[in-house]
Amino acid sequence: MRFEQLQARAKKAWQEVVSPQIPLIRMGMATCGRAAGGQELLQAFQEELAKNKIQAQFSEVGCLGLCYAEPMAEIILPGRPGVLFAKLTPAKMKKIGEDYLVHGKIVGDSALAVMGPARNGTPAFTDLPMVKGQQRTALRNCGIIDPTNLDHYLAHDGYVGLKRALSLSPDEVIAEVKTSGLRGRGGAGFPTGQKWEFCRKATGTPKYLICNADEGDPGAFMDRSVLESDPHSVLEGMALAAYAIGAEHGYIYCRAEYPLALERLDLAIRQATEHNLLGDNILGSGFNLHLKIKMGAGAFVCGEETALMASIEGRRGMPRTRPPFPANQGLFGKPTTINNVETLANLPPILAKGGAWYAGFGTEKSKGTKTFALAGKVDRTGLIEVPMGITLKEIVFDIGGGSPIGKKIKAVQTGGPSGGCIPAELFDLPVDYERLAAVGSIMGSGGMVVLDENTCMVDVARYFLEFTKNESCGKCAPCRLGTRQMHEILTDICAGRGRPGDIELLEEIGAAVRKGSLCALGGTAPNPVLTTIQHYRHEYEQHIQDQRCFAGVCKALITYSINAETCNGCRVCATNCPQQAISGEKKKPHVIDTALCIKCGICYEMCKFDAVVRQ
Amino acid sequence: MSKKAKKDPFASRGRKARPSQMRPKVDPSLRALLEKYPAERSNLIPLLQVVQDQHGWLTEDSMAAIAEYLHVPSSIVYGVATFYAQFYMTPQGKHRVKVCQGTACHVRGSQAIMDQLSSKLGIPPGGTTSDLLFSLERVACFGSCALAPVMVLDGKVHGRVTIKKAEKIVEGVK
Ligand SMILES: Cc1cc2nc3c(=O)[nH]c(=O)nc-3n(C[C@H](O)[C@H](O)[C@H](O)COP(=O)(O)O)c2cc1C
Ligand code: SF4
Ligand code: SF4
Ligand code: FES
Ligand code: FES
Repeated sequence: MRFEQLQARAKKAWQEVVSPQIPLIRMGMATCGRAAGGQELLQAFQEELAKNKIQAQFSEVGCLGLCYAEPMAEIILPGRPGVLFAKLTPAKMKKIGEDYLVHGKIVGDSALAVMGPARNGTPAFTDLPMVKGQQRTALRNCGIIDPTNLDHYLAHDGYVGLKRALSLSPDEVIAEVKTSGLRGRGGAGFPTGQKWEFCRKATGTPKYLICNADEGDPGAFMDRSVLESDPHSVLEGMALAAYAIGAEHGYIYCRAEYPLALERLDLAIRQATEHNLLGDNILGSGFNLHLKIKMGAGAFVCGEETALMASIEGRRGMPRTRPPFPANQGLFGKPTTINNVETLANLPPILAKGGAWYAGFGTEKSKGTKTFALAGKVDRTGLIEVPMGITLKEIVFDIGGGSPIGKKIKAVQTGGPSGGCIPAELFDLPVDYERLAAVGSIMGSGGMVVLDENTCMVDVARYFLEFTKNESCGKCAPCRLGTRQMHEILTDICAGRGRPGDIELLEEIGAAVRKGSLCALGGTAPNPVLTTIQHYRHEYEQHIQDQRCFAGVCKALITYSINAETCNGCRVCATNCPQQAISGEKKKPHVIDTALCIKCGICYEMCKFDAVVRQ
Repeated sequence: MSKKAKKDPFASRGRKARPSQMRPKVDPSLRALLEKYPAERSNLIPLLQVVQDQHGWLTEDSMAAIAEYLHVPSSIVYGVATFYAQFYMTPQGKHRVKVCQGTACHVRGSQAIMDQLSSKLGIPPGGTTSDLLFSLERVACFGSCALAPVMVLDGKVHGRVTIKKAEKIVEGVK
């Protein structure tokens, strides 16, 4: 089939989605949707409809980014725009089936949004606070199309960028990407066009292209969502990159913790090959590209490019010194380009619409849009994509909705184990590569974990050092020994064994580890400690000198008790205490036996009368 | 020194190593599995993965068979297998409980969930119950951070977990 014929077929297929003959129910079935119970819900609903002989068809979509509202379903009735129903439960789903599916009525505020203009008090999707400030480029199709359906991708300008690129020379493609100003989204932010040029100019064959889908930063899930929700955009991006650098073989290195992403990639590669969008003589251009999936085996350091290549070669995933750079001597000693998933997913629209279009978003040095994974203590958790230069305040409060339980937001952690904590006082900061670095953090891959007043910053630093200590590959001493020492000191401080001078010692070791480590894992490992000392030194001092953790996190430094004045003896805490440490008669003040208490904090969470005191 | 260098890498794990010529013949089903992959070094990790997939963990014999198949020393296979967190050198439980300890889950109280499951099952994180029914594992992020805290039981992801819910999930398979 010629490309134009494919497009025509795709257009028809998509038409059946937007204006179906019988009601169409589209369930969010990315990992979040499944984790929230989407599959069970769908099954129960299908049975219910069958029982009542209601005709409907079902399909899956990926991640719309409003993960907090999962399980979610969009229902499209013939001749109407789709309506999005959120936070579904079996009971809610059943009621919607009667009200909307049968009678076409949206009852009360059961619907979250209309996928079209607002109607009868239900807002338009694009006006939702979480969606309003967004500019979705890499995520353009996520949650909109069925990721297992190639036609859906094609109907959204899929492979148009590739078609155009194949009519240009590789150098022209590189020039277009340079114009876009796109920088690597995997963390380091190196200009993509320039990276390709190095590899294009390198001598040696064959050349390799690698897609880095290792996404090891705990708290980040942008790449997972793209892979699960729109795998073809990554494949098309790979084809563009491979064409530009002159590679005919590519690898996708994907972490094993993402089984659904692996499954979707596998299917997408087969579909693309079948339709001559991958494989030999792509779209009749004479360009060939063969892709292979490599599954990771659980090592954070394998996200680092040289370690990743060692892992593909079947060795221990340990980084090596650069130069030689991968562009000259990479996989199997051959010229190699390695790009992140999100970087690749940005490429098809850049090639389809032109680099200048993309460069129209963002700031002077950071062009375009960036995805962020909003998680932690924020109301609307999920995945967003915004123009660079938007402030942290807009992200955390306007888009994220601030604290879900009215607590004070204290900071936001960006860049994962390589990044740092940015205090709320600095939330007017526009987000781009340079400005995040200026306050001691980094953009990283886009993980953004919101912290509130009940988060202890010393504990956060300890947490990250435990992570890097475990993940250090052990090749170089500053990282291997330094992270261990820092972790021990932080553990001591959290356990009430802090000593005067510990803060200075942490700063000293941190500086040495930063300077002396071979790869960026060690080189950036001290960041979480150093930024928290910089902005929250008083919390460290409170832990060490006053033996207090005011956030109420460090168990050794807190005790739980019940305020006899406010306790009304409802017994909720007593029945929920896993240690049976709480006693008292019904309707009389209760007491906690501190000898039995394991400080799990359940009573504190459960008491509706704020009678449990944590000190 | 030369004596030391020849020492079987498995010996350090406290078991008597068998000289390689006395190794029992490679199990035919294992051999068939290996032969699905070209005998190339870059297939070492995929081979370890399929073998573990079949048997649940990596035995000394299966690692030795892989070494023989790829014509590399056992020390290489053992070195690679021990580098990656995914590979197990001991039998694992029938049911695998994994609790996320990623950042988003950590700040939303995943440690308390891990502590409770650990005391309920009577094993530390990384441990396996003596009846081989449960293994408990810590994982750094499943990518479902928006629904933190997260746990996974036998491949099924559960979001917005509480201590109570976690206990229920585990009891569900008991
Ligand atoms: C310890 C460490 C872990 C990394 N993990 C990842 C990762 O999970 N995904 C990723 O794309 N890049 C990761 N990187 C960055 C890669 O080394 C590399 O810069 C990136 O994949 C290049 O692609 P880009 O130019 O498209 O960003 C990591 C780097 C280090 C030092
Ligand atoms: S800095 Fe750490 S992770 Fe990187 S090579 Fe050195 S020991 Fe390995
Ligand atoms: S839950 Fe609160 S009010 Fe109820 S018995 Fe416990 S401390 Fe008292
Ligand atoms: S996974 Fe469903 S919206 Fe994110
Ligand atoms: S931090 Fe737990 S799923 Fe990501």
